[in-house]
Amino acid sequence: MFRVNEIRKDFPVLSQSVHGKPLIYLDNAATTQKPLKVIEAMNEYYREYNSNIHRGVHKLSQLSTTAYENARSVVKEYISASSTEEIIFTRGATEAINLVAATLGKSLNEGDEVIISHMEHHANIVPWQMIRQEKGIILKVIPINDDGEIIFEEYEKLISSKTKVVSIVHISNTLGTINPIEQIISKAKEFNALTLIDASQSIHHSHIDVKKLDCDFLVFSGHKIYAPTGIGVLYGKKKILDKLPPYQTGGDMIRSVTFEKTLFNDLPYKFEAGTPNIAGAIGLAEALNYIRSIGLDAIIDYEKELLNYATEKLSEITELRIIGTAKSKAAVVSFVLRDIHPHDIGTMVDMDGVAIRTGHHCTEPLMRRFNVPATSRASFSFYNTTDEINVLHNSLIKVINMFK
Amino acid sequence: MHELKELYQQVILDHNKNPRNFGPLPQYTNYAAGHNPLCGDQVDVYAVVEDGIIKELKFSGSGCAISKASASIMTTLVVGKSVEEAKTLFDEFHRIVTADFDDKVETLELGKMAVFCGVREFPARVKCASLAWHTMVSALESSQNNEVTDNNLN
Repeated sequence: MFRVNEIRKDFPVLSQSVHGKPLIYLDNAATTQKPLKVIEAMNEYYREYNSNIHRGVHKLSQLSTTAYENARSVVKEYISASSTEEIIFTRGATEAINLVAATLGKSLNEGDEVIISHMEHHANIVPWQMIRQEKGIILKVIPINDDGEIIFEEYEKLISSKTKVVSIVHISNTLGTINPIEQIISKAKEFNALTLIDASQSIHHSHIDVKKLDCDFLVFSGHKIYAPTGIGVLYGKKKILDKLPPYQTGGDMIRSVTFEKTLFNDLPYKFEAGTPNIAGAIGLAEALNYIRSIGLDAIIDYEKELLNYATEKLSEITELRIIGTAKSKAAVVSFVLRDIHPHDIGTMVDMDGVAIRTGHHCTEPLMRRFNVPATSRASFSFYNTTDEINVLHNSLIKVINMFK
Repeated sequence: MHELKELYQQVILDHNKNPRNFGPLPQYTNYAAGHNPLCGDQVDVYAVVEDGIIKELKFSGSGCAISKASASIMTTLVVGKSVEEAKTLFDEFHRIVTADFDDKVETLELGKMAVFCGVREFPARVKCASLAWHTMVSALESSQNNEVTDNNLN
């Protein structure tokens, strides 16, 4: 039995009212709420030992350096990386993908191919388009079927010796589809293509083991896993990161500078220019420890229950159509309700205290694929309850009646 | 539910369901396209302007109830008015949907536009209500094809 009512007490934001109704937060694919422990860890840093990291000989600087590097170790353990040299702190998944595209892009040539899928977030489309513009590479897109699943045979047709990178989302933020990244990665290896996994939506919904996956890069944002915004992670295999040129320059990424020549720092600092988000890294480590204390397996099981309940409950509404019906799915339900515009739905359910996201979810090509301008999306976390899904259901019935 | 009822008044729901002057004009003197990339709302405004008077005004496109009703009500208000009068109406409309929370808006003369008072309480929806109006002003200011995007919407 998952003790959801106990767990909810860990999240201060959940115990409030919105428009006079208890807040029901179902926008977790956009960002998750923060447990008190995370908030307190960051507060403690600012209140008690705020100072810049590295090269400081004073006490506070030693404390902050230790905390920041400890955070790197926590991340390394969490995703089973080989060493902390492979863990680069970034502002988020978007910056991490941009870093890889920009630095790896320098070694790509005209006619080289990069493969993405039709369900990518804009953040895994546009950085590659920038390289296309610069280098004349070819961007290929794996099509998806009507359930919102990658068509693997089409991927097999697209990949060739020209493929240099396969950059794929693990779990779709819009559809909830869990992609078969193990097979995608091993297929890419047959052609010596590098692989990047966007784990933004999977880092908190599944076990991530980069050694087992054997991907070359993996990125995620802290704020999707109960940590603050402005901190994210790029994992990269050491032997590949070593070969890449720096992304931004200045600060921690430098070993020595003369006006004639600059020597760059070793990994992971080579990719961390400027003073990093120290409090964010500390918050991220705390969030990962918090997840571990609850247990990822228990979380996965409970979220599966929520997904099944929500799918069943919302399907009772005959005018509602779920977009994204993959066999393997995370706790995300995108839907359209008759011809009622998602923005009207979003505003109306908000009045019942229910926070859902409406719009294109930064996946415009996906909206076009399903021939809808936008969807409404309810995305769940382990602090949500079936009662909350009932409130959403009743609220949607009210919307339909209003638009009768 | 009070604020919500105010936002989705019967008038708005009615205009959403049965939009007036909906569909393209085969022949027009002025035209502009409006687009709000944030939500995908799209509106085309067609006008026939003769001697500075708006003889005909129609719109087409897709969007939420607020944007559709706003476009529909707009067309019923400005036909027969001069271009200058239409722009004054736009200013008043803009004032209604963006006025401060506590400001009393004088609604007596604004008639049908007053139903959009509720939009003030929902800042995220102001762009929905004003897209058609911005697009109309853009159409009236030039007979060229104009595009209104989110960047100049408020």
